[in-house]
Amino acid sequence: MTHAAAHHTSTGLDNRKMAFWLFIGSECLLFGTLIATYLVYEGRSVAGPTTHEILNIPLTSISTFVLLMSSLAMVLALAAVARADTAWSRVWLATTALLGIVFLGFQAYEFTHFVHEGLTLQVNLFGSTFFVLTGFHGGHVFVGVLWLLTLLIRSFQGKLGPDKALNVELAGLYWHFVDVVWIVIFTVVYLIQR
Amino acid sequence: MTEHAQNTQEAAHPSTGTYLAIAGVLTVITLVEVGVFYVPAFQSVLAPVLLLLSGTKFALVVMFYMHLKTDHRLFTAIFTLPLLIAIAVIVALLFLFGAFSLDAAVTP
Repeated sequence: MTHAAAHHTSTGLDNRKMAFWLFIGSECLLFGTLIATYLVYEGRSVAGPTTHEILNIPLTSISTFVLLMSSLAMVLALAAVARADTAWSRVWLATTALLGIVFLGFQAYEFTHFVHEGLTLQVNLFGSTFFVLTGFHGGHVFVGVLWLLTLLIRSFQGKLGPDKALNVELAGLYWHFVDVVWIVIFTVVYLIQR
Repeated sequence: MTEHAQNTQEAAHPSTGTYLAIAGVLTVITLVEVGVFYVPAFQSVLAPVLLLLSGTKFALVVMFYMHLKTDHRLFTAIFTLPLLIAIAVIVALLFLFGAFSLDAAVTP
């Protein structure tokens, strides 16, 4: 992969990539605290609904699969950009964004259903910590979708050649990080219920 | 080859076949996770089994899709250190708030 506009540091590594990994490191701490808060308050709600009553595992399993497949589409998009395959890079970028939108659709449906069932941000500790954690994650997915659509537009403008592969790689790092955060949330929040 | 040249050279990313294989493994592990959740026999070891499976998925995505397996080790260090701190914060808070104690049942 060539980076025509790469900005190397004294380590020989591109400073944008270095900075982005630092950002991802800080995101680990953000989601770490949100997950810790959820776990600390789990099972301590004084009123329902609770996890056992409301979480829909089959539905969330499908949305988890969708997000995992979006990560596959993302790496295929990066590979296509790197080999200057414009058509396939557009296909895979669009696929990644579409799968992200589908995931957000699942989350919107889930949130709406929960509110109808009486679970809101204010009703109990489960609602507060659940909506904050998954809402922050959904917000990250939304930003990722916007980023991907921006890259897609740049591609149609003819400004996303192999020399810009690092731009796609950074978007990919962000997207995969959002994916791994969901891997943890799916296990800790949905599957391990105390 | 100089150190600078070694550092600046791009690590080869996995092939499309590897990406597809990883996606297949991730799908299978997810199916196993959901299956384990519904099997009553696994209820006593549900948490450790699910955490192991989840950790495997996490590692596969980070190593192959985020390319940490082939990228410079400094990126691995930059990611791993905050990740370990985050895990330590989670474990410490769970101990602090008694989540691991036997009397941490639901407060009526």
